[in-house]
Amino acid sequence: MDFDALISGLDRHTLDGITRGSIYALVALGYTMVYGVMKLINFAHSEVFMVGTWAVLGVYTVLGVGAGESLGIVIAATLLALVGAMVASAGTALAVERIAYRPLRKKGAPPLIFLITGIGCSMVLVELFGQVFEVFFGPPFGRVTVNIPSVLETKELFTIPGIDLTITNTRVIIIVGAVLMMLALDTFVNKSRLGRGVRAVAQDPDTASLMGVNQNRVIMLVFVLGGAMAGVAALLYTIQYDITKFDIGFIIGLKAFTAAVLGGIGNLRGALVGGLLLGIAEVYASTIWSSEWANVTAFVVLVVVLMFRPTGLLGESLGKARA
Amino acid sequence: MSQIFDTIRGFSIRDRIAQAPNWARKVGMLLVIAFAFYLPFLNILPFAYVRTDLTSRGSDWASVLFLVVVYMIVAVGLNVVIGFAGLLDLGYVGFYALGAYSIALFGSPSSPVVEALQNRFGLSETWAVPFAMCIPIAIAMSLIAGVILGAPTLRLRGDYLAIVTLGFGEIIRITARNLDNVTNGATGITNVPTPPGPETDGRAFFNTVDAERWYWLALTILIIIIWLAFRLEHSRVGRAWLAIREDEDAAAIMGVAAFKFKLWAFAIGASVGGLAGLLFGSKQQYVEPNAFMVNLSFLFVAMVVIGGSGNIYGVLLGAFLLTYLPERFREFQEWRPFAFGVALVVVMILRPQGLVPSRRRAREFEDRKVEAEEAAADV
Repeated sequence: MDFDALISGLDRHTLDGITRGSIYALVALGYTMVYGVMKLINFAHSEVFMVGTWAVLGVYTVLGVGAGESLGIVIAATLLALVGAMVASAGTALAVERIAYRPLRKKGAPPLIFLITGIGCSMVLVELFGQVFEVFFGPPFGRVTVNIPSVLETKELFTIPGIDLTITNTRVIIIVGAVLMMLALDTFVNKSRLGRGVRAVAQDPDTASLMGVNQNRVIMLVFVLGGAMAGVAALLYTIQYDITKFDIGFIIGLKAFTAAVLGGIGNLRGALVGGLLLGIAEVYASTIWSSEWANVTAFVVLVVVLMFRPTGLLGESLGKARA
Repeated sequence: MSQIFDTIRGFSIRDRIAQAPNWARKVGMLLVIAFAFYLPFLNILPFAYVRTDLTSRGSDWASVLFLVVVYMIVAVGLNVVIGFAGLLDLGYVGFYALGAYSIALFGSPSSPVVEALQNRFGLSETWAVPFAMCIPIAIAMSLIAGVILGAPTLRLRGDYLAIVTLGFGEIIRITARNLDNVTNGATGITNVPTPPGPETDGRAFFNTVDAERWYWLALTILIIIIWLAFRLEHSRVGRAWLAIREDEDAAAIMGVAAFKFKLWAFAIGASVGGLAGLLFGSKQQYVEPNAFMVNLSFLFVAMVVIGGSGNIYGVLLGAFLLTYLPERFREFQEWRPFAFGVALVVVMILRPQGLVPSRRRAREFEDRKVEAEEAAADV
């Protein structure tokens, strides 16, 4: 119990929490959209994120960039990595949908079976990077932590006077990037024609298909969008932590899911609120106790939310959310 | 494909057993049990090829059998939760760990808990809670944990339950690793007690060398638990579970207290998991947090659903396959999780009712499939 450490570094810890929380929020979008449309927890979504981090590494390796490149190259490489991660993650999400969920939807299988195939897909993806690719291609694949070159180096931008809080470029990119992507997605779902289809299926799948919405295409779209957001999260994660591993998805996926439930699963803005709150709560908890308990915080938050407000802070439902 | 399977196995063998006279079934059952007890000494070619210690790098055959039986106990317990009541529990390893830690914490003379008790009451340094007392403690601990975890979450939808239980399994492991002054943290607890027994050849009856004795002990417990599970399935509680699984709302309207019976399933499953963990911890004589990784939970779930959830013979087969095959083919051990993942997806898509399904569950799946096809045809 170390409250002094928390109080003395409150500004720093809050900033830390918001940085973490932005990444959780982006991953949470994938859970929340799929849940909103299909009433299904996509268990393999954590691995969709993991594939994204490997795609970033792949792009950097192919380009042959490392630390200390000139500004133009850094921007170009980062943007390419962003595209690579988004494509890889969206592709993985789509593959999971086609292989594991669509055949079951046709058979009208009970919800538990979807969860189990999701777990199966998640294990397969983890083992692809932890075992199968290692056998075929050797390192960097395998059951070890892999360093990703920090193409985008951390630099101090400015210091907020008075409270002495240093803002670095990576933090700005992560927070601004996450918020921008969420705004874009929110606008897409609420304003565009395709987004209206998504909301219609979320509200009432049968009526929506009577009105001429192609349910399968909406579901595919949702998986692609969620996957792309996980890809963005993967790039931001590698910018902040410079590592990847075959099993990083599991813990981040659980936390992102907690964030989605905390904000109200099925609610896009809820994912943002939930992600940020969870990130901050986690950093505070690990300062007060110790960093080992950070993971426990997320689960405790999850259980408490489910006990007292199972619909989350902002209420669930992608369909009803007019906003 | 699956129809062929159904005709071959489902109808002929099952019906033939059902038609056999009562005495023949009993004799057959006794023969199977006797053969199970004889397995550690199985040495007649060609059957001896099933042994896992044919090469020098293989693992001890009786120890493998013991593990298979412990996982069978786990599968029968988890089947009560998943197969009978239709709840997905992804944190079963938490209860398993609780059972193992209960016997370690209270039964080992060198555990911090027992040492604190020794100092508090001025007992000798070799004193510990006797083994026989540890069994009810372990069952009670996991039962209470099951109720505490189930009470707030069982009112929610099934998929939330899956995630919360997943978190629970991790919390138990992280807590065991971080509470240094209670559980010795990552170092683990040594000197976990073994069941009492007459000394033979200057060693305790249950020792680390003669694994077949452990196997017989576990097998006896397994048989009792299978018997109890069959009784449960056909009791009033079992029928209530069935009703809840098929349609919870309809069951509630008919006066089945859904929440109460779900909590029962959860608690019963938890206590069986605790008992299996106790056996495991006692055989190892050493308990550490890393033995209870989350992958083990997925393995347990895979045993139940691949074998055929709801059918006790099915989950026994699932537990046997998923424990025995990796041990028999140790060369491919690194591929085990990958193979599980592929097996889970393939089996669930081609045969969602499992390899040896319960008849009623298979029919439920068939109904749903027909409904889905009709709905698709309507549109």
